[in-house]
Amino acid sequence: MRTLIKNSFFALYLAIAALLTAPAALAAADLEINTPAISALQSSMQARYTQLAGYYASGAVGLTRDGLVAVHDANAVPLAQRQGVNGLVAAENKDRNALYKEIATANGHPEWESEIRSTFAQRWIQKAQSGWWYQDAGGWVKK
Amino acid sequence: MKAGYMKSGILLLPAAVFLTACVTINIYFPAAAAEKAADKIIDEVWQLKGNPADEQAPAEAPAQ
Repeated sequence: MRTLIKNSFFALYLAIAALLTAPAALAAADLEINTPAISALQSSMQARYTQLAGYYASGAVGLTRDGLVAVHDANAVPLAQRQGVNGLVAAENKDRNALYKEIATANGHPEWESEIRSTFAQRWIQKAQSGWWYQDAGGWVKK
Repeated sequence: MKAGYMKSGILLLPAAVFLTACVTINIYFPAAAAEKAADKIIDEVWQLKGNPADEQAPAEAPAQ
């Protein structure tokens, strides 16, 4: 009897050990981000950044909690340019939404989209320059 | 003997639950890899190339 229990536990320990090492190997692996779709979105956003940079710095546009951008202070923009800023924000958000979705599907887990979005939301804010505006739980904050 | 089998069954039940949990971890969201991927893309979009001067500065500091 004792041997039976002993043997089944030994087999169990082996199985547990095998399962525990699997996530470690998985965690070390990188996410796939080198797809044509992701590269295209990336360069589109990079090109747009030359136009957005000034608006981030003036506080006209800020980073939201959900990994997007939004108009924070329209008064920081001359009236004639406001339409343009709205267009930039809309285009940027379209790219960002597509990017999060694309990374999730490229890695075979479309259900990861929201977690990828929140990871990006944190990293955008983390890497933002001081003086830029971002949203936290309480609202807009100047970095 | 019968009681013995039952006993081992009772012991194995929590272990089976634990195993299921392990499999769940296996398909869990890889947070660290996602962060790394995000950093790579953000650096590219915002042109935040790592500044080597930051890493060299302490080594070049004159000893006094």
